[in-house]
Amino acid sequence: MRRAAVNLWIGATLVGLLTIIALLSLVWTPHDHTLLSISNRFQDPSVTHPLGTDQLGRDVVSLLMTASINSLTVAFAAVGIGGLIGTGMGLVASARGGWTEAALMRICDLGFAFPAILFAIMLAAAFGPSLGNAILAIAFINIPIFARVTRGAANQIWAREFVMAARATGRSGWGITWQHILPNIAPILIVQATIEFAVAILAEAALSYLGLGAQPPMPSWGRMLSEAQTLMYIAPELAIYPGLCIVLAVLGFGLLGDGLRDLTDPRLVRSRK
Amino acid sequence: MTGYLLRRTLGLFGTLFVVSLIVFLTMNVLPGDPATAILGIDASEEARATLRAELGLDRPVWQRYGDWVLGVVQGDFGTSYFFRVPVSELIVERVPLTLSLALMGMMATVILGITLGILAASNQGKPGDWAIMLMSQVGIAVPAFWLSILLVLFFAVHLRWLPPGGFPGWDEPWLAFRSLILPATALTLVQSAVLARVTRSSALEVMRLDFVRTARAKGLSRGRVLRNHILPNALIPVVTIIGLQVAGVVTGTIVIENVFYLPGLGRLVFQSIANRDLFTVQALVVLFAAIVVIANFIVDIVYVMIDPRLQDRLK
Repeated sequence: MRRAAVNLWIGATLVGLLTIIALLSLVWTPHDHTLLSISNRFQDPSVTHPLGTDQLGRDVVSLLMTASINSLTVAFAAVGIGGLIGTGMGLVASARGGWTEAALMRICDLGFAFPAILFAIMLAAAFGPSLGNAILAIAFINIPIFARVTRGAANQIWAREFVMAARATGRSGWGITWQHILPNIAPILIVQATIEFAVAILAEAALSYLGLGAQPPMPSWGRMLSEAQTLMYIAPELAIYPGLCIVLAVLGFGLLGDGLRDLTDPRLVRSRK
Repeated sequence: MTGYLLRRTLGLFGTLFVVSLIVFLTMNVLPGDPATAILGIDASEEARATLRAELGLDRPVWQRYGDWVLGVVQGDFGTSYFFRVPVSELIVERVPLTLSLALMGMMATVILGITLGILAASNQGKPGDWAIMLMSQVGIAVPAFWLSILLVLFFAVHLRWLPPGGFPGWDEPWLAFRSLILPATALTLVQSAVLARVTRSSALEVMRLDFVRTARAKGLSRGRVLRNHILPNALIPVVTIIGLQVAGVVTGTIVIENVFYLPGLGRLVFQSIANRDLFTVQALVVLFAAIVVIANFIVDIVYVMIDPRLQDRLK
């Protein structure tokens, strides 16, 4: 139990900090992150620029802060879209059963054949690279994940006595799904969403690094890294900060998800002791 | 077992068929004109029409799909619009590099991941276990491309032990191997972090079972119980994860090859996107997706083969 609590608190702290910084960047950053100043480029850390400036003289702290909101927005949109569709599919599969369930699950199996990067490559080739396509690609891989988790959890609830009692009173499948199934599987979905948030942040960073995500001038941790990579001999530290941000963000959501799962699943707590 | 194999093989071909359909439709039917994509929006309508005819885009979609699938089955992926050579030639040239990278990454992952997982499990609760689990927790959160950059910074820029990127060709095997060490390491560390966690929890699960206590009680040493009783049982779920990781490593090469400027299949995908070379992108996406599907297929088969209990259930 202690380890779960530690995970939960470290995770919650990191996620909390990240959210505060991201929201803060909407109203305030130390400098304007779009402000170019060639004479000020590659400055060492100082009071005015705590992490120095980049190859165009932009303040690194301001860039990192603005990039955080980008990361969170992409993760939120992608997991939101994928989660809603996937959960819907899972609920329908579980409520209808029979061939509907079989067909929906086969479609989900297909989804696993396309890792996010392949899907993003396809969209980028057909429509040109953009942040929207990256969101779609990440949302797409979330659909089968949520559909499977939802169906598995919902099927267990459908077998419980109180649901059978509700069916005996003649309630419709949708009524039961809405009133009994969804509230009972909500904790599992929240845990899954938290973990998928971490995966989405990682995926967005990778796609932006490859040029398939955030486009200039929008700051993104992934793209900052691809720019820094060409300057490794001049300013190696520029290749460190954005990576640390990604790791802390992913670690935060990952630990929070693990911690929440241990809290909601007593079986796991016992096996982890 | 034969019936199961037959069913699964049919399923595999069905999946591959649908995958090819999805890729083809995404690239060809969704709004967005390949000719415009290649020539840019400023091109004249005539130029676009000529190119469409040249690429065979003026024919009905189902006919194009049929021709394409028939070609792919015979190893003909069409002609690259940009390189003006058959796409299959481009692929064959680049397979050795990507394959070597993936194999190196996969072998290192299996050795490192399983060893660390078993080490952690047999030292459960002790500092060793704690350290391995902490490393793997962080390892899972590290993007492979950032790890690559850090490896380059340290081993290539700072220590100058290994090349920072590029590939010298196969004529000098030693140099070729050297230039794959950092990319393979970057692929491995992240994947083995996942594998170590799975191996550990699987081994811990088995260690609690009665037959392990019986084996210890009848006087077998810790090492023998681990080798003969715990490992064979603990590794069954691990095989599933390894299969998923084959897919992870193969798609990981797409990113890693771009970080290290390695001229493999992953780099070709990105060149092709930049060049608007749709046939090449289409072929490569299908190829990568097929590898993922086939890896999963093999895992399912191996899973049944190594676990006799499942075979009984299938009969």
